[in-house]
Amino acid sequence: MAQALKKLTVQVLKNNNVENIIGSTAVRTNSTWWNNVQMGPPDVILGITEAFKRDTDPKKVNLGVGAYRDDEGKPFVLPSVRKAEEILHSRYLNHEYAPIGGEAAYTDAVAKLAFGADSPVLKEKSNCTVQTISGTGALRLGFEFISKHYAKNKEIWLPSPTWGNHPQICNTLDISHNKYRYYDPKTHGFDLQGAIEDIRKIPEGSIILLHACAHNPTGVDPRPNEWQQLSQVIKEKKLFPFFDMAYQGFATGNVDNDAFAVRLFVKEGHQVTLTQSFAKNMGLYGERAGALTFLCGDEESAAKVLSQVKIMVRTMYSNPPLFGSRIVQEILTNPELEKQWLVDVKQMADRIISMRTQLRAGIEGAGNKRSWQHVTDQIGMFCFTGLKPEEVDRLSKEFHIYLTKDGRISVAGISSKNVNYVAESIHKVTS
Amino acid sequence: MGSRFQVVQQGPPIEVFQLNRLFTEDSHKNKVNFSVGAYRDENGKPWVLPVVRKMEKQLAADDTLLHEYLPVLGLEQFTNASVAMLLGKDNPAIAAGRTFGVQVLSGTGGLRVGAELLNKHLKHTTFYYSSPTWENHHLVFINSGFTTPRTYRYWNAKTRAIDFDGLIEDLRNAPENAVILLHACAHNPTGIDPTQEQWEKIADVMQERKLFPFFDSAYQGFASGDLDRDAWAVRYFVKRGFELVCAQSYAKNFGLYSERVGNLAVVMSDASLAAAVKSQLTWIVRGMYSNPPAHGARVVANVLSNPQLFDQWREHIKLMSSRVIQMREALRAELIKLGTPGSWDHIVKQIGLFSYTGLTPRQVEYLVQEYHIYLLKSGRINICGLNPGNIQYVAKAFHDAVTKFPGDDDTRAKL
Repeated sequence: MAQALKKLTVQVLKNNNVENIIGSTAVRTNSTWWNNVQMGPPDVILGITEAFKRDTDPKKVNLGVGAYRDDEGKPFVLPSVRKAEEILHSRYLNHEYAPIGGEAAYTDAVAKLAFGADSPVLKEKSNCTVQTISGTGALRLGFEFISKHYAKNKEIWLPSPTWGNHPQICNTLDISHNKYRYYDPKTHGFDLQGAIEDIRKIPEGSIILLHACAHNPTGVDPRPNEWQQLSQVIKEKKLFPFFDMAYQGFATGNVDNDAFAVRLFVKEGHQVTLTQSFAKNMGLYGERAGALTFLCGDEESAAKVLSQVKIMVRTMYSNPPLFGSRIVQEILTNPELEKQWLVDVKQMADRIISMRTQLRAGIEGAGNKRSWQHVTDQIGMFCFTGLKPEEVDRLSKEFHIYLTKDGRISVAGISSKNVNYVAESIHKVTS
Repeated sequence: MGSRFQVVQQGPPIEVFQLNRLFTEDSHKNKVNFSVGAYRDENGKPWVLPVVRKMEKQLAADDTLLHEYLPVLGLEQFTNASVAMLLGKDNPAIAAGRTFGVQVLSGTGGLRVGAELLNKHLKHTTFYYSSPTWENHHLVFINSGFTTPRTYRYWNAKTRAIDFDGLIEDLRNAPENAVILLHACAHNPTGIDPTQEQWEKIADVMQERKLFPFFDSAYQGFASGDLDRDAWAVRYFVKRGFELVCAQSYAKNFGLYSERVGNLAVVMSDASLAAAVKSQLTWIVRGMYSNPPAHGARVVANVLSNPQLFDQWREHIKLMSSRVIQMREALRAELIKLGTPGSWDHIVKQIGLFSYTGLTPRQVEYLVQEYHIYLLKSGRINICGLNPGNIQYVAKAFHDAVTKFPGDDDTRAKL
């Protein structure tokens, strides 16, 4: 496919000449407006999935997928979600437009989930919370709001590494972005020293993006006392913390534990901005349920911020889709369903943790000389194995195991059926 | 710590939503809502199309259905069916592979993604919209990066018809490569559409001046009750050899307002460029929301792909558009019966959800305050706000407003 794309690019560039655009006087069949369009860069993850699909080997394993899979390797619709859908369906709701910022019952519920029901910021109504098109939509809206209304230093500092779409969205909006050290390739863990050193150098008033839990792509999260230190230095440097929480509940299996960092920062007085996604923790991937919150200090400011956010939403998609958010709302406001959901999400998190344990045991058990502690130290869907590009290459070519070149695996792709094979294969390419 | 957001200015309220809120909060027993553009049945209630209910029931009962991510450009079954519905399934452009669709967040999403593509990759900077037009058009394009907004004359308040000479003159003076926003049918807010002859002349001047057509199709089927008739203008432009984009919405014709179901149809003259264009659209979507919501698109795709359900849906559209036409006739008849000053023919000549009544701001203010009838300052009403139960009340109110606050000479209709 890459070859075909390359060919097309050359063709497009060759056709890049003015006469084609101005064209003939009659019908435009031979001229086109589109000659100047450059072929965009191919999507890396998609490339891996396609290579996996083409592979006919029965042993093949896809460790590139960023969606949860059960032990059969199948997508998992949460029982609490099924129940919620039944309940909602029986109500025969209509499909009238949602308010621009989403339904109040939804935004209240998701804000409570993130900040805790007793959070003072919710009591004083200083939060501006709106429904968004899942996590990506929240990030886009949040960054765009910053680019239009933020009065201080409009530069976003991202952890190194981070989700590929973070810098991409910044580029789309022409917001400058930079990196602070985060992942230590030597320890496969968190580089606290490096992070603090770099954060100390960030210009005052800049925005610093933090993954609330289950860091993507490394799976490396700071420990509670490390979060404390980060909070301190960020306060010292008067930076603006922007949390991306895409895995609440999915990391440790406990929603309050996973929100620890966000709530700590709020307690320490930071006015955080927060994006939430329900793609993974409720398995609602394609229904695009998410939220964006600005903590504005007071109710009046929150109202002003909301009025501006609404204008931005209106020019992007007018108002949000309700199917997914209604499910989220139903679960979070129905005590029985919420209880079921907490069990469901813990079940997913536990399976991931169990696979990590078995994977590590398998590699170590094969007598591998490297340290694999990070496999169980890391948390969430992803694991930065430390595998080098050549080793990754061998895994796909010789063993039909697919993952991204940076050595990231999606633990969700591992099951009791393939964990031994994966462990052996990793052992073989690293011996 | 003080809030870093104190510098943020309060944004201006959006009229149609503010009005809707006022209506909701009003407890007056005769209140009438003419503001928001959504279909209402004869009891003034939202109407979920039976075929939609049926499909949702089917989907709810399907245990194999998942919530996995859709492709970035959307559900292919949906986008193919949408393009076929817009252009006609036998359109040679489809067979030639030079048209495709991208699933988007309803009509607004289609406009935004289309505008981003045109500005960021095709380098368009000037756009034209009708005077008046849907209030959101302007900012969607500005926020997509267009730098030069212009209008073309459209509504003539005196004649309550299209100022066609003005329209042609303005397009003739447009700079080459300007993007021209056209309403495919059921113009919002006026309800007045060009005739076929007028569309032909518009196409002539656009070809001459090398202008790029961007169609907004929010009411296919809903305007005349006939899907093909409502798509005539778009199909004509394609037949003439234009390249174009069209934002299609399923909010009104499927009653799926809150599920944000839309398609951006792209028609090019050269099929080999599709891959490059799709790749850039992929990046635009990825940077905005990654991939579109699945539920609504599934409903539409399933209905459009099943001949029986498609037929049922066509019946629903006929029902909705007929009720609108009936109410138009009823209002005009009632106004004539009361001997209300002015000509009210425009109400039945106009088509679709909306009518530009020609009422002045002062008359509108009076209607809101005195009669609790909520309509936009521009005089736009959503015909669906009318039903057999309130026609007489509304006609009487209009009569009162028009006689109490006669418009000035320019806007006063001929007796």
